[in-house]
Amino acid sequence: MSQDRSCNDPVLVNDWHIIADLATLPQGQTHRARLLGVDLAARESRTGYAVTRLDTNEPVAATERYGFLWACLGTPERDIVAIPETDEPDRHIITGGSIGVRVSGLRAVENFLDMGHFPFVHTGWLGEEPHTEVQPYQVRLTEGGEVLATECRFFQPAASPTASGGMMVDYIYKVVRPYTVALYKSNPVQTDRLDVIFLFVQPVDEENCVAHPLLCYLKDGIDAAGVRAFMQLIFGQDKPILENQYPKRLPLDPRAETPIRADAVSVYYRRWLRDHNVRYGAIPAHH
Amino acid sequence: MLDQSRNRWHPIAASHDLAYRHVFHGQLLGREFAVWRADDDFVNIWENRCLHRGVRLSIGINDGRELKCQYHGWRYSNRTAGCTYIPAHPADAPARTITNRTFSAVERYGFVWTAEEPVGEVPGIAGLAEGDLLVLRGIPVNAAADRVVEHLQTHRFQPVGALDADGAEMVVETADAFSLALLARQGTAETRCVFFVQPVDAARSVIRGVLDRQPEAAQRMAVLRHHNERLSALRERIEDAVRGEPAPAPIEPVFDPVPAELAEMPQPTPHGRKATLRVEVARKWAAADGIAGFELTPLGGGLPTFQPGAHIDVHMPNGEIRQYSVVNGPGESDRFTIGVKREPESAGGSSCMHDTVREGDVLAISEPRNNFPLRRDASKTLLVAGGIGITPLLAMAQALHNQDLAFELHYFARDEAQMAFRERLDGLGATLHPHLGLDPQATGDTLSSLFSTYQDGMHLYLCGPGPMLEAARRVAAERGWPEQAIHFEYFKNTNEIDDSSTFEVALARSCLTFQVPAGRTILDMVRENGVDMPSSCEQGACGTCLATVIEGEPDHQDVYLNDTEKRSGTKIMTCVSRARSARLVLDL
Repeated sequence: MSQDRSCNDPVLVNDWHIIADLATLPQGQTHRARLLGVDLAARESRTGYAVTRLDTNEPVAATERYGFLWACLGTPERDIVAIPETDEPDRHIITGGSIGVRVSGLRAVENFLDMGHFPFVHTGWLGEEPHTEVQPYQVRLTEGGEVLATECRFFQPAASPTASGGMMVDYIYKVVRPYTVALYKSNPVQTDRLDVIFLFVQPVDEENCVAHPLLCYLKDGIDAAGVRAFMQLIFGQDKPILENQYPKRLPLDPRAETPIRADAVSVYYRRWLRDHNVRYGAIPAHH
Repeated sequence: MLDQSRNRWHPIAASHDLAYRHVFHGQLLGREFAVWRADDDFVNIWENRCLHRGVRLSIGINDGRELKCQYHGWRYSNRTAGCTYIPAHPADAPARTITNRTFSAVERYGFVWTAEEPVGEVPGIAGLAEGDLLVLRGIPVNAAADRVVEHLQTHRFQPVGALDADGAEMVVETADAFSLALLARQGTAETRCVFFVQPVDAARSVIRGVLDRQPEAAQRMAVLRHHNERLSALRERIEDAVRGEPAPAPIEPVFDPVPAELAEMPQPTPHGRKATLRVEVARKWAAADGIAGFELTPLGGGLPTFQPGAHIDVHMPNGEIRQYSVVNGPGESDRFTIGVKREPESAGGSSCMHDTVREGDVLAISEPRNNFPLRRDASKTLLVAGGIGITPLLAMAQALHNQDLAFELHYFARDEAQMAFRERLDGLGATLHPHLGLDPQATGDTLSSLFSTYQDGMHLYLCGPGPMLEAARRVAAERGWPEQAIHFEYFKNTNEIDDSSTFEVALARSCLTFQVPAGRTILDMVRENGVDMPSSCEQGACGTCLATVIEGEPDHQDVYLNDTEKRSGTKIMTCVSRARSARLVLDL
């Protein structure tokens, strides 16, 4: 039912979304994808990929960036998110963790913003009982209108593939667009620099998404394959929990679910979605 | 039809589906349930979503007393479905009102029954004797319940004893919108089978059948197989018949909104010294020499959720009000257990409980309040009790024990006969360390050796007589325990209260300013000015009437805050403490 509702949110229709990891596209074959409830076909040509709507057979805007294929169903109103760290030569730029999840992409973004689940869902990696406390952190809006959470700290037994032993890890979270979120975390080797993870969530429809992580990790001491395997492990642990969220769409009514102080950034995110009139993938608040 | 069905009882599981510590995913009328049996045999039927983020509780963990959500480890109590612990905030007691929606549960005819809004009782079926029945495997059918009942009218099976024959005479004994009793007869063999059709959703059902008797063991498998085959064939017939018909739209379940006060960041709910609950003394016994145990059960309805460390106010027949810690272990939610020590110099509280209150009496009590919350993120927890101070620590010990967390309970008492709640203590096994008959010097030495091994991440909880607490706090500090790792609860405040000062108080949020004259408390004046404020012991021991100080210097006279908290000047117990400065601004 709600899988078929078409998207009327201009902020989503007129924006770029990932529809494939280029490294996984079979050569010379048509790739099928679904974005905002619309079936698409991507065909390789000499000049790149041409993407067509299957319902109207009309072409849609398509481009390639960061190793992904992007499409926009409407008229692109802004460029794809700029990530300066991808230009730094001492970083791995890693894709290969794209994972389909049967839940609203907004729920996937919210999960990405959440530290409280680390000891229970990523046990032994990103968290471990009894170290369950989420300490107070700051949330604010940046000048560019992004949701920024700073001073986030959490105890992690193995925060990255190179970590040896548990440590307190510092995080910064940033919601860049409704379906795009970034995480900056302290690098265990070069402690003055940050590893960067962007999560671009493809809204397949209102209750299905593909989460496409893009990792910009400092090369110091790690190889890309190790980082990719770690990322696949972590997202694989989240998937079964997210697929058991009920309802599948993210409720924006403050009285639909019960936030605690640790959820300050989620509360802000939900309010920010309301303010931006994002309805696709959400259950709107009652007025 | 489906509208009326909300008031009707439906079976949603077989009793044997609720295996030991399993959580069963139940469904009725488009709604999902987490169904689980606690170790005390209580069957819980809850909305199948954690109130925090909507994750299904049917994938949660049933530890026999509580259900733990897989996503953030929130724990919900058996029976009340109230949240007892939020791991992200280990130092806080969760707001009591975080309570999941529960549905009525009845076990009858080998099934678990429920209803959205039940009216009346689970239907009685003529010819079905409780206890000696054979429950058949539930058969799911992709068809609306009324179509399933319609086809069941012509369902055929063989009676026990004539399974190999064919063509038994079938009689429809009774039928209604969701059930049907069929009798199969062949010669002298006769078997009655009652079918209940569970409306899972608008277009999905489960046929739940039960035979009127348990066949002999040797025949049992053959009987089950026979019904399985017949019902599977019926299922195919029904699904063939409805194929091509337009399917009714799925039922959208309606979720109750969470209370408004929980929708944003949680704030403590205000409530005064109110006795909102009526309980009956179901049992009174000698829990130890000089200590009476009381089991208090609710008069109608249930009890609110408690957490380890919580206390209740007991309003006594003589008008006195006293605080007693809830001794219960996790999930024991059908009664509150308290222990009352006879105080030789009783002002009327303990002697009234010992001499006047009897089994069957009705008492008024407050909701449980937790100002002594237990963290469960410690690398190891030391619980140190002196005498009747065992009561809150025993509740904590049972919770830690149930979760397999590292802890030791050290119990200082005069002798074995004075150790209270023996059966609960025995359940703690080797974690219990009694220290009997020690004089103050030997007590100090023992504490000194107990506290000698502080490591980062350890936490200490103390409850006992004032002099022992003072000694224990001093020894722990000397041994390097940081103040935030030492948690304590005094029975009473023995400080001489000096209420001679006069000062001004401003309530920042209520926009009120008033004088507090000598002889009156801040709490009195706050209430006199129409602002509701919770309180309990009203002598600076329990922590209920805590307020945040925005401006001014408090004159602390309580025994609840620790020294760092007192020095910081940001908190005040409004029932006894006053101001050193001419003016105090409180966040009220």
